[in-house]
Amino acid sequence: MLKIKNVHASIEDKEILKGINLEINPGEVHAIMGPNGSGKSTLSSVIAGKEEFEQTEGEIIFENTEISEMDPEERAHKGIFLSFQYPVEIPGVSVTNFMKTAINAHRKANGLEDMPANEMLKKIREKSESLGIDRKFLSRSLNEGFSGGEKKRNEIFQMAMLEPKLSILDETDSGLDIDALKIVADGVNNLRSKDNAVLLITHYQRLLNYIVPDVVHVMVDGKIVKSGGKELALELEERGYEWIKAEKAV
Amino acid sequence: MELKEKLVSSFLAFEEEYTGSNDDLHKIRNQAIKDFETMGFPSRKEEDYKYTSLKSVLKEDYSLFPKKENAIEYKDIKKYLIHEIDTYDLVFIDGIYSSHLSSTTHDKIDVCLMSSALNKDLYKPVIDNYFNKIAPKNGLNSLNTAFTKEGAFIHIHKNTLADKPIQIINFSTGNESSVLVQPRNLIVVDENSHCQIIERHQSLTEQPVLTNSVTEIFANKRAIVDYYKIQNDNLSASLIDNTYIEQQSESFCSVHTFSLGGKLTRNNLNFYQKGERIDSTMKGVTLIEGKQHVDHNTLVHHIEPNCESHQDYKGIFDEKSVGVFNGKVVVEKEAQKTNAYQSNNNVLLDDKATINSKPQLEIFADDVKCSHGCTIGQLDEEALFYLQSRGIPRKEASGLLMYAFANNVLESVKIPEIKKRINKLIALKLGVELGFNL
Repeated sequence: MLKIKNVHASIEDKEILKGINLEINPGEVHAIMGPNGSGKSTLSSVIAGKEEFEQTEGEIIFENTEISEMDPEERAHKGIFLSFQYPVEIPGVSVTNFMKTAINAHRKANGLEDMPANEMLKKIREKSESLGIDRKFLSRSLNEGFSGGEKKRNEIFQMAMLEPKLSILDETDSGLDIDALKIVADGVNNLRSKDNAVLLITHYQRLLNYIVPDVVHVMVDGKIVKSGGKELALELEERGYEWIKAEKAV
Repeated sequence: MELKEKLVSSFLAFEEEYTGSNDDLHKIRNQAIKDFETMGFPSRKEEDYKYTSLKSVLKEDYSLFPKKENAIEYKDIKKYLIHEIDTYDLVFIDGIYSSHLSSTTHDKIDVCLMSSALNKDLYKPVIDNYFNKIAPKNGLNSLNTAFTKEGAFIHIHKNTLADKPIQIINFSTGNESSVLVQPRNLIVVDENSHCQIIERHQSLTEQPVLTNSVTEIFANKRAIVDYYKIQNDNLSASLIDNTYIEQQSESFCSVHTFSLGGKLTRNNLNFYQKGERIDSTMKGVTLIEGKQHVDHNTLVHHIEPNCESHQDYKGIFDEKSVGVFNGKVVVEKEAQKTNAYQSNNNVLLDDKATINSKPQLEIFADDVKCSHGCTIGQLDEEALFYLQSRGIPRKEASGLLMYAFANNVLESVKIPEIKKRINKLIALKLGVELGFNL
């Protein structure tokens, strides 16, 4: 589904990603862990197409198409979704209206008519209920005054509505208490299928107790330095990142 | 001949036309033309006009007194009216009242013409009490006063709720080539009364039009006045809007100004608080491009204790457009417990667009809450990326963010049809199609 080959990326001439290689197949869950400043969030932004970062080298192939030159919205239309670490507040645009705009933008890009209003409402109701989202929440301005947990839950709600092929969850666990974490994890697990894939960017192992990864990658200084099964995450939790840095140095 | 000389020399003939019984009016006009002769048009040397030059609009050879009544059909102007709801309408064409397009009343409220109010004895007490009482003496106001002839006269009697909104619309046809029009409006809202007013200036031609409008509004005790100015004129039309509001205790007045069109627009908006527990609100959305110029010059004069004022102006400037915001708040020594809030936020969409924002606070009382804030920026790239990552194309995403930016100004509009209308106008200007109304 996603093949990343030797991707280098920089911001203001400072190189952050220094040759990333990663392959994710349908049905898989991958986790990328690593210390602060290792480039995890940059990688998620680069996959989603944030213009602030310049991809200087390498290829990003999604479903057999090279997407490095595509705008963020085109990547979204192809089925890439990024759950933000810090979702942006948009006053005056309700969650419902925002969702309608986003869904219809996707449909338009794929040559479809706008979704009929009743179908839209039904879908919004179903998806929000499954995430335990209160109806009042849907008429509030997008992310404005939301608590950390509400923002993250709203991200997963958008993911459920847009049904992406590849979901990238950037530090979705940060700032969540254990109950909120479980709700978010359940939401993600319910959306998993053999046709879609998930890339988790996280600092801590705790999320991986709830969303169990097939592959765990360790990222240090802009490179993936080690990959392994889910047990690698436990090892990192126990031993920290220093031993990997040392191993890499050797 | 310079416009100023032309105006002064034509005054005598204009004055002889007036045959009404109100002798005071002659005195007021004669004094006003003298004042105009002394003061003239404001120049950029004056602090208040530092960022707005009237030069380019004063150089036209304006026709001053359209001779004939220019007829226009309702179907041609319907789109400029808020026609979805029932309203009283005062329609003027090239400064002349159009009876067949208007709907007036004298039933509990007076919605009629300034010309008849100035001529008829019945209205003399109101004219004597209120006419030309609060417009400060300056060149533009004096000019308007000297040539006062026509405009809206609205008097809402005690304990009365105006049963429908009142529209004041000034059309210019271009049949007279370039034209200078000077509407003069007087609005008196008595104790415990309420009215909603919509004002619009609309040119139906590409010929240059200059409007120098003066509106005096008096809100007596516990009166409520909501005023909406829709400024979406075409690019050959310029407007100098002078609006002055005097409020008595416990009155509420709000003015919303939507500046979306026109060549040059200058809004002078002053509030004078002459009582306690008064609320004055002024809000504006400016959305311009090309070489358009919009200047908001506001004043709130807090004279008595326990009053509030709220100012919230948002501006979006594209291409080479220029915006000016000069918001002055004066809090007198006696005006303790004043709560004055001012905010001016601007987005520049082009490197060549300009905004001059200048808050001015003069506070002489010590127990007050006064805040002001001014921001100038571009659209937030992180927010744009967020929307794009949800599949919303960049252009629509920008539109959505600008909507969000202007939204809280629209929120306080109390007439839903106006809200819808402004929403549509903004969407049209931004070139975006949104699947919903905010």
